[in-house]
Amino acid sequence: MREIVIHLLIIGGVLGGTLTTASGLIWLERRLLALWQDRYGPNRVGPFGLFQPLADTIKIFTKEDWIPPFADKTVFVLAPGVIIVTVLMSFLVVPFAPGIWVADLNVGLLFFFGMSSLGAYSLILAGWASNSKYSLLGGLRAAAQTLSYEVFMGLSLMGVVMLTGSFSLRAIVEAQHDLWFCVSQFPGFVIFLIAGLAETHRLPFDMPEAESELVAGFHSEYSGMKFGMFFVGEYLGITLISALMVVFFFGGWQGPFLPPLVWFVGKTFLFICGFILLRAGLPRLRFDQLMAFGWKVLLPLTLLNLLVTGAIALLRT
Amino acid sequence: MLSALRSLWTVLRHTFRPRVTVQYPEKSVYLAPRYRGRIILSRDPDGQERCVACYLCAGVCPVDCISLQATEDESGRRYPEFFRINFSRCIFCGFCEEACPTCAIQLTPDIEMGEYKRTGLVYEKDDLLIDGPGKYQDYNFYRVAGVAIAGKDKGEAENEAPPEDVKTLLP
Repeated sequence: MREIVIHLLIIGGVLGGTLTTASGLIWLERRLLALWQDRYGPNRVGPFGLFQPLADTIKIFTKEDWIPPFADKTVFVLAPGVIIVTVLMSFLVVPFAPGIWVADLNVGLLFFFGMSSLGAYSLILAGWASNSKYSLLGGLRAAAQTLSYEVFMGLSLMGVVMLTGSFSLRAIVEAQHDLWFCVSQFPGFVIFLIAGLAETHRLPFDMPEAESELVAGFHSEYSGMKFGMFFVGEYLGITLISALMVVFFFGGWQGPFLPPLVWFVGKTFLFICGFILLRAGLPRLRFDQLMAFGWKVLLPLTLLNLLVTGAIALLRT
Repeated sequence: MLSALRSLWTVLRHTFRPRVTVQYPEKSVYLAPRYRGRIILSRDPDGQERCVACYLCAGVCPVDCISLQATEDESGRRYPEFFRINFSRCIFCGFCEEACPTCAIQLTPDIEMGEYKRTGLVYEKDDLLIDGPGKYQDYNFYRVAGVAIAGKDKGEAENEAPPEDVKTLLP
């Protein structure tokens, strides 16, 4: 009985924590972007403007929720939910601290890949159901981008799996007790970072959205809270990729002096700030450049990394 | 790749730069005395209205936001019976100030004119008229013009000779 209660508490904590982080990121991103552009950003609602997401939520809930008459209604309504559900499902396997995880699957890494691939459906379905050309173009880009970057996102992590000998995220964290994988698997880390950026559709890889080319890409036709859900889904994605970056390459909860959860949250926070810095500093790539960069540069590099890691792992045994 | 990293570094260094935003309601920006803001009507150093209701400001106004009606007092001094500026139309171009021959109409560096009702933006003469001479402290149109008004006959203005008696032949 006690175990069930603790488990339910952890599930509630993870759900509440991730969703709060995602909405807090709306404020954080705007403040950080403003800081790097020598502005202030939202600083009026509450201390430092911290209640800005609340004000935004009230605003977005009172907006007209418009479904275009030419849209495929069922799919149109369903699509924003898919991204939230899939990203939240991925948090299932993230080990936050010793004992604090929802499920320690022995195929945790594969589960994450499955869920992130399913998340792409949200964008594609949204683009398709909107029945407008800009949305469709955005959806198509999302499909192509996810397909190509998923490949070496997976392959870049195989080095980590080889060194650990397990797909379980808990085991991966524990294997980094002596040396973080960002040292021994540096190419893997860089490639995972780039692929993660593409996976979350963040600048400089926000091709599906590309507001300067495609109005708002796949969510051009969305308004009200449905748009808000895409928004929250994107921020959840950033949190997820940052958390996974910490798990795979930066020793997860491991670190001296401070409690494990603090280490995990702190490292994740740094990566989230890094994501925002990338947005502040880099322009969007052209779509064909993105694909060429993926297939011609990153894929060979990943395979090379895989070969070298495999050889070293073989030599050791 | 290197340039991308360099631009990231450049952006990151902006963390420690001072911010350019002025937190407006708490602090306000400096507006120069010649800033073109709210329009006023000034008085001459004697405390009387400068406006002589010549209609030049209304004529030059590109958006037709000034309307007035001229009248005269018993001594023949012209002044506007009413003077109305519709600030919801005004584009603050300053043409009226340039056109004014008596320096009566002037633009000020005040920009805080927010209203909840559109009709609140229609300023009557009571709202426009100020107590002082504005930007031109010493200028008094009727003291330099050769027009006779109460308390000043012809030839009594500054730098003005007494009128010639055209009926006499004496030098």
